[in-house]
Amino acid sequence: MIDYGKVLSRTVVETPKSGIRKFFDLMSTMKDVVGLTVGEPDFQTPWHIREAGIASLEKGRTYYTANAGLMELRQEINNYMTRRFSVSYDPASEVIVTVGGSEAIDLAFRAVIEAGDEIIIPTPSFVCYAPLARIAGGVPVILETKFEDKFKIDPEALKAAITPKTKMLVLPYPNNPTGAIMTRQELSEIAEILRDTNILVLSDEIYAEMTYTGDHCSIASLEGMWERTIIASGFSKAYAMTGWRMGYLCAPAPIAEQMLKLHQYGIMSSPTTAQFAAIEALKNGEEDIRMMVNEYNRRRRYIYNGLKSIGIESFEPEGAFYIFPKIGDYGLTGEEFCSKLLYDYKCAIVPGSAFGQGGENFARISYAYSIQHITQALERIEAFVKTL
Amino acid sequence: MNTELLKLLENDARLTASQLAVMLDGDAEQIAKELEEYEKNGTILGYKAIVDWEKTEQESVTAMIDVKLTPQRDRGFDRVAEKIYNYPEVKSVYLMSGAYDLSVLIEGKTMKEVAFFVSQKLAPIEAVISTATHFVLHKYKDKGVLYDASEIDERGNV
Repeated sequence: MIDYGKVLSRTVVETPKSGIRKFFDLMSTMKDVVGLTVGEPDFQTPWHIREAGIASLEKGRTYYTANAGLMELRQEINNYMTRRFSVSYDPASEVIVTVGGSEAIDLAFRAVIEAGDEIIIPTPSFVCYAPLARIAGGVPVILETKFEDKFKIDPEALKAAITPKTKMLVLPYPNNPTGAIMTRQELSEIAEILRDTNILVLSDEIYAEMTYTGDHCSIASLEGMWERTIIASGFSKAYAMTGWRMGYLCAPAPIAEQMLKLHQYGIMSSPTTAQFAAIEALKNGEEDIRMMVNEYNRRRRYIYNGLKSIGIESFEPEGAFYIFPKIGDYGLTGEEFCSKLLYDYKCAIVPGSAFGQGGENFARISYAYSIQHITQALERIEAFVKTL
Repeated sequence: MNTELLKLLENDARLTASQLAVMLDGDAEQIAKELEEYEKNGTILGYKAIVDWEKTEQESVTAMIDVKLTPQRDRGFDRVAEKIYNYPEVKSVYLMSGAYDLSVLIEGKTMKEVAFFVSQKLAPIEAVISTATHFVLHKYKDKGVLYDASEIDERGNV
């Protein structure tokens, strides 16, 4: 009989499953649960965008595209980046259309990491960075961000984390799960540290449109940073297009050239239907974004105030669509709090520990839900907290 | 005029002043005052539930009637419109541009009842030249609300 222990990649076998997953599996066995767990918009993709996808199918556009994606789409991505964030990329050599933001992150790691390279990863943050960096041969170096610092990167802590082996800093802002952002001023302090080094930045800007206290600033727009920054972004959050799996990379040509090889051999080209829909999104979707972001903002205020009135302290989120309340003051760990809340009060939120070091006393609550749904969940949380 | 406030209420009339205040980053007392003012000056005309009667045992039919009229001296169509909208079974009356003058939406228990209304009450009005009655077979969407939408959250947890 075959010995699977011997045939599987040790690196992959030793990679833990996503901590969010574990909790969802538990949740799916229960009935009548009011969940605030989902990490995607509750809006459907705007109809005109869906229609553009359908129209492309009707016209029989079912072929592969160029490896890097349709030229028109790459041009629109560059127009968008220039218009919104004042950073420009040559559509012919510096833009790659990927299968979601996740592929973009994976390509960025694999194109630059040599065995033993250190990748600085701020946490709490989305679950994929450390596993993907490790699988690419890198060594994740965790940089814990703190509630007191509004979950931003502390420049001194960053300096301390840098060694001669540091290859890259991951910049996950606006942040899932904390809702933190980094302003231009704060980013310039980071830029100051990196400017004369050989350290790259992977800026994950998937939530760039979801900011509530000012426009998102891309670190690539700061002096000396464009040449060392890879931007990973996509359509999932901004245009409510998660299921289309549309992401993109923007990077200087020497880096993009290598990432494109990986994409070419591993993926070939991103789904054509989704690419045509994405063109429509970039051309005519700004009004949709505004409508959705205004709605998220109202929910953000609502849930922040709701938690506050229950007596749960949170950092007031400034981006994305999550709030990260501090639930560690009740004598329970985050995991215990969330399990009890789920079992006894049928309300699901995700333990902060799923998002890495520094999340242990917190939980992630998504507000990509209707006000009525959020109200119902808050009532259950309140009833639970009263018993503690 | 606080159009954001009005739009939120148009979408969900059950939101309370304090909920609205939090969502809009405003003051609850101030919002309550604004609402009172809108109610007084007729900007907000009412708060109603949207009922899908097909899901109940109550029989109900809806018809849209195109009405052509002779305008009256000095009063135009107003007097006739008033005559028509005073019938309680008439749910809406719109003055239209195009091929006919009034669009009348009527709800009755049966087709017979609607037919009776048209032949006995509407058509005999002096100014009415002609009517065309269209029965609604099924409502898919009304006032921005989907009638057959599934309530299940199909989003995957990733």
